[in-house]
Amino acid sequence: MSTILIRGGHLIDPAAGVDGLKDIVLKDNRVAEIADAGKSSLGKGKTGAEVQIIEAKGLIVAPGLVDIHVHLREPGQGHKETIATGTAAAAAGGFTSVAAMPNTTPTNDTPEITRWMQAPERGASVRVFPIGAATRAIKGELLNDYAALKAAGVVAVTDDGHPILKDSIMREVLINATRQGLSVIQHAEDTRLTGGCSMNAGPTAFRLGLRGMPPEAEYGLVERDIRLVTELSMNGKGDKSGNHPHLHVAHTSTAQAVAAVRQARRNGLRVTCEVAPHHFLLTEEHVGAYNTNAKMNPPLRSAADRDAMIQGILDGVVDAIATDHAPHASHEKEVEFERAPNGITGLESALGLSLRWLHHEWKLPLGRVLSLLSAQPAALLGLRGRGSLTVGSFADVVIFDPKQEWVFHAKDSKSKSKNTPFDGWTMQGKVHWTISEGRVVFSAGTSA
Amino acid sequence: MPVKDSAPQRSHATPEILAPPLCGSPASVLSVNDLTLETVSEILAQARVLEQEDPLKRAKRLAKRRIALLFYESSTRTRTSFELAAKGLGADTTLVSSLSSSIEKGETLKDTGLTLRALGAEAIILRHPSSGAPWLLERETGLPVLNAGDGMHEHPSQALLDLRTMLAHLRPGVETVTADTLAGVTVTIVGDILHSRVARSNMLLLPKLGAKVILCGPKELLPELAAQAGPGIEIERDFVKAISQSQVVMMLRIQAERLAGLQLDLEEYKASYQLTEERLAAHAPKALVMHPGPIIRGLELTGEVADGPQSLILEQVHHGVAIRMALVARALQKAGA
Repeated sequence: MSTILIRGGHLIDPAAGVDGLKDIVLKDNRVAEIADAGKSSLGKGKTGAEVQIIEAKGLIVAPGLVDIHVHLREPGQGHKETIATGTAAAAAGGFTSVAAMPNTTPTNDTPEITRWMQAPERGASVRVFPIGAATRAIKGELLNDYAALKAAGVVAVTDDGHPILKDSIMREVLINATRQGLSVIQHAEDTRLTGGCSMNAGPTAFRLGLRGMPPEAEYGLVERDIRLVTELSMNGKGDKSGNHPHLHVAHTSTAQAVAAVRQARRNGLRVTCEVAPHHFLLTEEHVGAYNTNAKMNPPLRSAADRDAMIQGILDGVVDAIATDHAPHASHEKEVEFERAPNGITGLESALGLSLRWLHHEWKLPLGRVLSLLSAQPAALLGLRGRGSLTVGSFADVVIFDPKQEWVFHAKDSKSKSKNTPFDGWTMQGKVHWTISEGRVVFSAGTSA
Repeated sequence: MPVKDSAPQRSHATPEILAPPLCGSPASVLSVNDLTLETVSEILAQARVLEQEDPLKRAKRLAKRRIALLFYESSTRTRTSFELAAKGLGADTTLVSSLSSSIEKGETLKDTGLTLRALGAEAIILRHPSSGAPWLLERETGLPVLNAGDGMHEHPSQALLDLRTMLAHLRPGVETVTADTLAGVTVTIVGDILHSRVARSNMLLLPKLGAKVILCGPKELLPELAAQAGPGIEIERDFVKAISQSQVVMMLRIQAERLAGLQLDLEEYKASYQLTEERLAAHAPKALVMHPGPIIRGLELTGEVADGPQSLILEQVHHGVAIRMALVARALQKAGA
């Protein structure tokens, strides 16, 4: 039995509609009690030795953050990141649940790999939800066994990074995933239009002499996928069990893709999307002098696209903020821009950037920011007991100082890799504690 | 979450773009954007001084200093003229090319650069198929780097020698350039603009001196957004209209090695854009004809035009040595300072 009392903090739990001073009691891995400040069953401080007390006065207490798009690189790419180091970075960033993409070596095609990723031997600090490969070896040809993957713990399927181009295969994926109640996540990129490209198509790419990925490579595939979902949902009845296909568009980066999702939702379809902090903050101009830490896929887009991401977040069409945490070893990024792998780390900067820009700068209410980082992504992938702090839910908590400014230094990152464009950036909202299923997995005091 | 109607776009304060240092060392030349008009004037003046200097005296300027030529792509003019330039100043040069070196074995640009530095190289002249490679090399080695052509990006020494060639004919005696030195001059660059580093360097440099640059070519080789690369750039797809208003016509080779699957009808291309004696006589009888080389006779221009009285192609090559002497001398002087 372990018990934690979080005392005197300001609890914001958007899903439960709570916003006020509360004491929270965590017993073992669950939330045992939520009480008005000073009124919990553990009293004002008269506690036994086995109760750990966290003084949260002046701090925000919120459901542990949920990142539905991370690359933990295991199995097979431990030189970039391990499940242990990636989840340590997650904990430092306030995340208690991460959904891990299947583009590992080998790809996550089987229940064995799915279970291996969740085994205690991996040393995860926070809960890892594996996402299965939609097709064998993410080649877009043969479908994996979704029933077996789901039984092993997979929460969605995707061929992330290797979009499913063939209409017939994508249709099969949607049908079979829906049958199992699994979401289909698509990295929307028509790779027939992006061969040899390393940044967004536009004047900057022309000036830098780099081949550019046209925005239509993204939104064209989003529109294709929405057409398929429309066809499969047309009867309005869903499949035999009444399930409707759920398409989730990963890391949306173009104005047109957000518009397509907006329209699909108006049409009553289950289509959701996420946006990464770099896509609501940076533009293609940040590539600068061929900075490989500004190279990711989808690429940084135009200022108009960036503004559309901000607008989509503010007006609610965007369902989640997800980092697309994509660690790469330093030697892999210290190469010619065109040859550098895509991706940047993001777990330790997402909250600080979101609070600084979405909340303080663009005035999105704190509850909305936290919802985009916890309740909504948890609901989107059906992660039960996550993303909200009600009695009986998992004891996943983040406690942070919303006013504290701090500077993010890549060298201090818990991730094995340091490939971030946000090194040296001022953040807002310092994480003081992260608690995953009742265990303190990060505290600012003890881990510097 | 219910979806509200899209609000009219508001404009949000967003993170400022911290301009990256375009060039880490004042001795490097990675892009023509690194060059102020004062610097261009200095280089032009220095080129003249070095060209006119007694060769034996000149060879003492950089006696036994070490300069590496690192070439990941084939080159005749650029490599030879940089080498002659460095040797003319007395420096020891060594050529490392991607074939016949450890690059073939998988050594990275960073490690090759560090190796050259350890061997005593004080500056590196780099030609590389990847745009931006000179920034990487400069950052990792801390040495002055002269960009001898990076991918589709830039070829600044070519733009400088092109400028020297133009000035010799259009503004004889002028070597201190200002924002209106080339006022009234229109330079048309024709052909494969998309893949051309020469075009990019010229279209960024010439307008700084007041010239108007017209880009001319088919859509596949000249995207509309090229006109946004900088000020003073226009697109005119009609070849005759373009050359008939130009004092300089710069022809480009179609870069077959960079077409990346692009299908191009060469007969159609020649019909629209080949520079022939007839077109030249009819529409640009006084224009200076330039080409960075290598030329493909019978494709972008005919042999008669290449060898004709308006052609400055070999004069350009000649100016290359003087310009590159000035760049090499500057690289080592500034680095040593």
